[in-house]
Amino acid sequence: MTTDARKEPTTPVPVLAVRNLTTAFRVDGQWITVVKGISFEIGPRETVAIVGESGSGKSVTALSIMGLLPAANSRVTGEILLEGRDLLKLPEGKMRHIRGNQISMIFQEPMTSLNPVLTLGFQIAEALIYHRALDRKQAEAETLRILERVRIPSAASRLHEYPHRLSGGMRQRVMIAMALACKPKLLIADEPTTALDVTIQAEILELIKLLQDEEGMSVAFITHDMGVVAEIADRTVVMLNGNAVEQAGTEELFAHPREPYTRALLAAVPRLGSMKGRPDPQRFAIVDPVTGEREIVPETASTAAVTERPVLEVANLVTQFDIRSGVFGRVSARVHAVENVSFALSAGETLALVGESGCGKSTTGRSILRLVEPKSGSVVFEGKDVRGLDREGLRVARRHMQMIFQDPFASLNPRKTVGGAIAEPMRVHGMLSRSDARDRVSDLLRKVGLAPDMASRFPHEFSGGQRQRLCIARALALEPRLLVADEAVSALDVSIKAQVINLMMDLQAEMGLAYLFISHDIAVVERVSHRIAVMYLGEIVEIGPRAAIMEDPQHPYTKRLMAAVPVPEAGRRNLRRGLSTTEVPSPVHGPDYVPAPRLYREVAPGHVVQAFDA
Amino acid sequence: MNTLVKAAPTPLAYFASATLKAFNTNKTSWIGLVVFLIVIVAAIFAPWLAPFDPNDQNIFEKLRAPTWEHWLGTDSFGRDTLSRLLYGARISLIIGIVSTFAAMLIGAVIGMLAGWHGGRVDTVTMQAMDVLLAFPSLILGLILVAMLGPSMVNIIIAIALTSIPPFARIARAPTIAVKEREFVEAGRALGYSDTRILAVHILPNIFPEILVMGSLWLANAIRTEASLAFVGLGVKPPTATWGGMIREGFENILDSYSLALAPSVAILVLIFALNLLGDGLRDAIDPKLKGET
Amino acid sequence: MTAFLVRRLAFACVTLFAVLTLVFVLVRIVPGDPAQLILGDQASREAIVALQHRLGLDLPLAQQYTVFLTGALRGDWGVSMVSGQPVIGEVLRVLPWTIELTLVSLVLGILLGVPAGVYAAIHRNRLIDYAVRISSLFGLSFPPFVAAIILLLLFAIALPWFPVISARSGSLMAWYQSITLPAVSLGLISAAYVTRVTRSAMLEVLSEDYVRTARAKGVPWNAVIWRHALRNALIPIITVVGLYLGILIGNSVLTEIVFSRPGLGKLLIGALNQRDYPMLQGMMVIYTLIVVLVNLLTDLAYGFVDPRVKLK
Repeated sequence: MTTDARKEPTTPVPVLAVRNLTTAFRVDGQWITVVKGISFEIGPRETVAIVGESGSGKSVTALSIMGLLPAANSRVTGEILLEGRDLLKLPEGKMRHIRGNQISMIFQEPMTSLNPVLTLGFQIAEALIYHRALDRKQAEAETLRILERVRIPSAASRLHEYPHRLSGGMRQRVMIAMALACKPKLLIADEPTTALDVTIQAEILELIKLLQDEEGMSVAFITHDMGVVAEIADRTVVMLNGNAVEQAGTEELFAHPREPYTRALLAAVPRLGSMKGRPDPQRFAIVDPVTGEREIVPETASTAAVTERPVLEVANLVTQFDIRSGVFGRVSARVHAVENVSFALSAGETLALVGESGCGKSTTGRSILRLVEPKSGSVVFEGKDVRGLDREGLRVARRHMQMIFQDPFASLNPRKTVGGAIAEPMRVHGMLSRSDARDRVSDLLRKVGLAPDMASRFPHEFSGGQRQRLCIARALALEPRLLVADEAVSALDVSIKAQVINLMMDLQAEMGLAYLFISHDIAVVERVSHRIAVMYLGEIVEIGPRAAIMEDPQHPYTKRLMAAVPVPEAGRRNLRRGLSTTEVPSPVHGPDYVPAPRLYREVAPGHVVQAFDA
Repeated sequence: MNTLVKAAPTPLAYFASATLKAFNTNKTSWIGLVVFLIVIVAAIFAPWLAPFDPNDQNIFEKLRAPTWEHWLGTDSFGRDTLSRLLYGARISLIIGIVSTFAAMLIGAVIGMLAGWHGGRVDTVTMQAMDVLLAFPSLILGLILVAMLGPSMVNIIIAIALTSIPPFARIARAPTIAVKEREFVEAGRALGYSDTRILAVHILPNIFPEILVMGSLWLANAIRTEASLAFVGLGVKPPTATWGGMIREGFENILDSYSLALAPSVAILVLIFALNLLGDGLRDAIDPKLKGET
Repeated sequence: MTAFLVRRLAFACVTLFAVLTLVFVLVRIVPGDPAQLILGDQASREAIVALQHRLGLDLPLAQQYTVFLTGALRGDWGVSMVSGQPVIGEVLRVLPWTIELTLVSLVLGILLGVPAGVYAAIHRNRLIDYAVRISSLFGLSFPPFVAAIILLLLFAIALPWFPVISARSGSLMAWYQSITLPAVSLGLISAAYVTRVTRSAMLEVLSEDYVRTARAKGVPWNAVIWRHALRNALIPIITVVGLYLGILIGNSVLTEIVFSRPGLGKLLIGALNQRDYPMLQGMMVIYTLIVVLVNLLTDLAYGFVDPRVKLK
C-alpha cells in the first residue's frame, strides 16, 4: 500500500511505546478518566499523528508523556517507554532531564508560549545550559546556529530581542528552535499550526518535515485537522472520548477507514478541489459515527436569484482606524483595514470573503452593518444607503441584516434564557406580543433543529454547535434578508461544523437568504459559496464565481493561498513545497499615506482580478 | 455539564448559588458573615443590650478595669465602656454603609459610562480618577473633614468622595470587557439601544463584581471613620465612636489598658469579619483570583 | 522608552497642576471666612481685614490663583500662622522622618510579603497557603493606629524593650530603638498587602503557557518560579506597591501620632487643629509632589521589568 521504504512498519525498538496509558483528573473530589488505556508506538524517524476532536484526550496524552500534568489532581498509569525506559517510574528530578533533552514539545499558542520578559536568545540557550552544561558563551553560539536552522531571518540580531517583536509564525519557529536545541529523540507537537494562518502553517509544516529529515528524530503530531494529518503523518491514531479507536498507516486510513467514527470524520472534512465541475454549493453527506451509514445527499438546487437587483451593493468601501499616540493623542498612524472594497450580493446567494488574519474581512462585515463606522464608500441595502441612515433608521435597517459571530460562547448573554434571548429582538422591534413571541421562539428553535422546550434553558447548558444554532435562530427572529456570518463555523469541531453548514444551506434554500460568508477556511468556502472574494491587506485582489476562483486562480496571492491549504487525501506525505519565510506586510501606514490607485481587469464573465506585477 | 447545572441563573440567583458554593469551600466566610450580622444586631438593639446609658458620667468610677458591673471597665468620665462600644457600633456602621453605598453608586455610574463611551471621555475621566486614587485618601479625608467641619454628613461625604475611584475602576474594566464580548455586538446588530444594552446586558454582568468590591470597601470606610475619629475629626463628643474611644484610651493608656484595647479589638474583629466575607464573595465571582486584594 | 517617559512626565505635570488647583479650591470653598475662623468670633473688624490682607485673601480670585501656583512651584509656600516660620522650612525639617519611616516599612513589607506570597502560591490550597491567606487577611484588617497601640502596649509598656516616645536620634542603637516599633507596625500591614498581591499575581502567572514551556524545556522548578514566573509577576506587584505607597503615607500620619514621632503626620494634625491654612496648603503641595514622584518611579520600574513598555 505504500511505496516509500521509510514507512515500513516499526523497527524492533520503537523510540516511544505507550502501553495502556490511562489518565484521570480529580474534579470536585471525583476522579474522571480522560484517557482510557490507549497504546501506540512511534518508531525511529517516524511521524505519528494523533487526531481527534476537542475532548478526545489527545492533548492530555501528550502532557502525560511529558509528565507535565499537575501531580496534585491528576493520575497517570500504564507504561510510557522511551527506548525501553519507563518514564512513569522516573522521579521528577530524573524526568526533568528527559524533558527538553530527549523529548521536546511545542504548543498551540505561539503568542503566549514564550516568556515576554526574557530574551529569545536566553530562552533557547536555557535548555543547553541545563542539559548540555554549556557555558553562556558556548550556549549563545549554539543558539545562533539553531536559529539559523529554523530559518529565522537575521538570526544574530534576534538573540537579544524579546518575543513581542515577533509575529506568530516567527514565534513558532523560535519554539521549534527551543525544542530542538538539545537534539531530542522525539518531538511532540501539540496543534502547532492551529493558531497560524494557512500560508504560515504550510511553512511551519514544511520546516518540521525538513528538520525531521536533517535531525532524524521521531515526531508525535497532535491535530484536529485531517488535512494536516495527510501532509505530515506516516501513521495515524484516531482518538475519540479518550480511546484510540483506529490506528493505521496514513495512506491506508484515508483509503480504507475501518471504524464508523473515522469514516464520519473523513466525510465531514471538506476537501479542497472536491467540488470541481459543480456550479452550486453542496451539503455535506453526514455519516453516522455509530453505524457508519452515509446520508444520501439530495442535489442542492440553485438558490441564487441573480436576475433581480442585488440585496446588497457595496462600492468603494473604506474603513480605517486611527492610532493615536503622544501626549496630545495626535493621529500617528492608521490601520487601513478595508481599502476600496466593492461587491454585490443577490438574494439566495452566498458570497465568501476569504483571507488570512488581519486582511480586513471581518471589518468589512462589521462596516456593512455599521458596527464600525466606514470612512467612505457606499453600502446600499435593498436600495437604501445604509451610510446615510440616522440612528433610528439604522436600527430599523438592521432588522433585515443580521450577523452571526465566531464564538458561540461569547455571543449569548450568559444570564438570559435562550428563549428570552431569541424573543428579545422581536420585542425590542415591537414585532410581537408576549404570547405570540413564545410560539415564534418555538418555531425558530424547531427551524434550527432544536427542541422547543429548550427555550427555558441557559446558554451554558448547550454545546458549541447548539449555541451556534441558537445564534442563528436569534438572527432569524427578525426575518433578515442578509446574514453576515463572521467565521461562524470556525470554532466548531468538524462533524458539528458540517451539520451547521448544512443547516445554513437549508435555511438559504427555504428563505432565500443572502449570506456574506467570512472565513479563513478555504475548503469550507469551496463547499458553501456561489462566489468568492479573496482579500489581502484590506483589498479584494480577486473576485468571481467559485469555480473560476478555485479552478483558475489568477492573482499570485490567491494561488499561494490555494497551494497552502492542506488536503485530506492520501499521497501528500512526501509532498515538498520548498521552504520559504514570508512575513505578511502590515496594513498600518503613516497618517499621510494614500493608497495607490488599483486597476482591475475582468478575465472571464464576473471574474475580476486586481492588476499585479507579474 | 449540561446535567450538572439546571438551576436558572438569574443574576442574583446565579451569584447567590456561586456564593454559597464558595462559602462552603471557604468556611471562614461563614464566620465573617455571622460576625458581621452579630455586630449589626448589637448596633440595632444597643438601647436594650447596653447595661448603662453610654453618656452617663460617674466621676467616682472613672478609668476602672473590667469588673462584674462594668464588663469592659469605664473611661475617664466613668462612662461604661461596653455600653459606649454598643452605641459606637451604630456610628461605624451607618457612616460605613452609607458612604460605601454612595461611592458604589456614583463610582459605578462613572466607570460604566467611561468604559462604554471610551475614547477621550474615558481617558480624561479615568486619569482624574487615577489622580484621586494616587493621593493618600486618608489625608484627603482628614483635610476635607477639617475644612467642612466634623459632622456625620460631612464625614460621610468625605469618605464617599475618597472611595469613588476604586469603584469607577472596578466598574469600568468589566464594562469594557463585556462591551467587547460578542453578545453585546450582537445586541447592536439586533438593533438594541445603548441604554438597553447597558442596563439589561451589561449591568447584571458587572453587578457581582461591584458588590464584592463594596463589601471590601465597607471595611475600608469603617477603618477610615475610626482613623478620623482617632485624630479628633470624628462625630463630635460626647457621642460614642470607636475611633474616639481608642483616642481616649490612648491618652490614658498608662492608667487603663482596657479602655484602649476594647474598642481596638472590636474594630479589628469587625473589619476582619468584613474582609473574610468579601474574600468569600470574591471567590464566588472568580475562583481564579482567590485571595487578591 | 523615552517617548514613554516623556508621556509619563507630562502626566505627572498634569497631575500636579490638577491637585494644586484642587487644593486652591478646597481651601476656598470652606464655609466661612478663613480669617474670621482663625481669629475667632471676638476679633475686631480691623484685625480681620489685616489678616485677610496678609493671607492675600483680599486679591481677586484669579490673582490669588496665580500667586498660589507660582508660589507653590517656586517653593514660596507662605508663613505658618502658628510658628511664624516659613512653611517650606518646617515641612522640610520633618520630611526625612516620614520618608525614613515609610521606606523602612515598605522594605520590610516587601522582604516579608514577596517570599510569603510566592510560597503560598506554589503551595496553593495546602495548609500553608490557607495559613498565609488568613494571616495576611488579618494583618490587612488592622487600622494602623490599632496596630501601633497594640505594639506600644506590648513592647513599650508591658515589656519595656522600647521607648514609649520614639523620637531619638544620634547613635545607631538609638535609631534602631526609635524606628523599630513604628516601622514594624506599618511594615506588617504592608507585608500583608504585598503577600496577597504577590500570591494572586503568581497564581495568574503560573497558569500561563510560557511557564509550561519552561517546564517542558526541563528547567528546574526553582528557576521556573524565580526566573520565569516571578519576573512576570513583578509587573502587577509594582503597580500595587506604587499605589500602596500613597496609602502608606496616609497611614504613617496615625503611626507618627501614636509613637509621638516627628514627621509630616504630626505637623498635619497640628495644622488641622490650629487651622493653619498656609501650612495646610504647603502640606498638600508636598504630599502631591511625593505622590507624583512615586508614580514616576513606578513607571521607571515598569520600564526596567517589562520589555514591552519600550514599545508604547
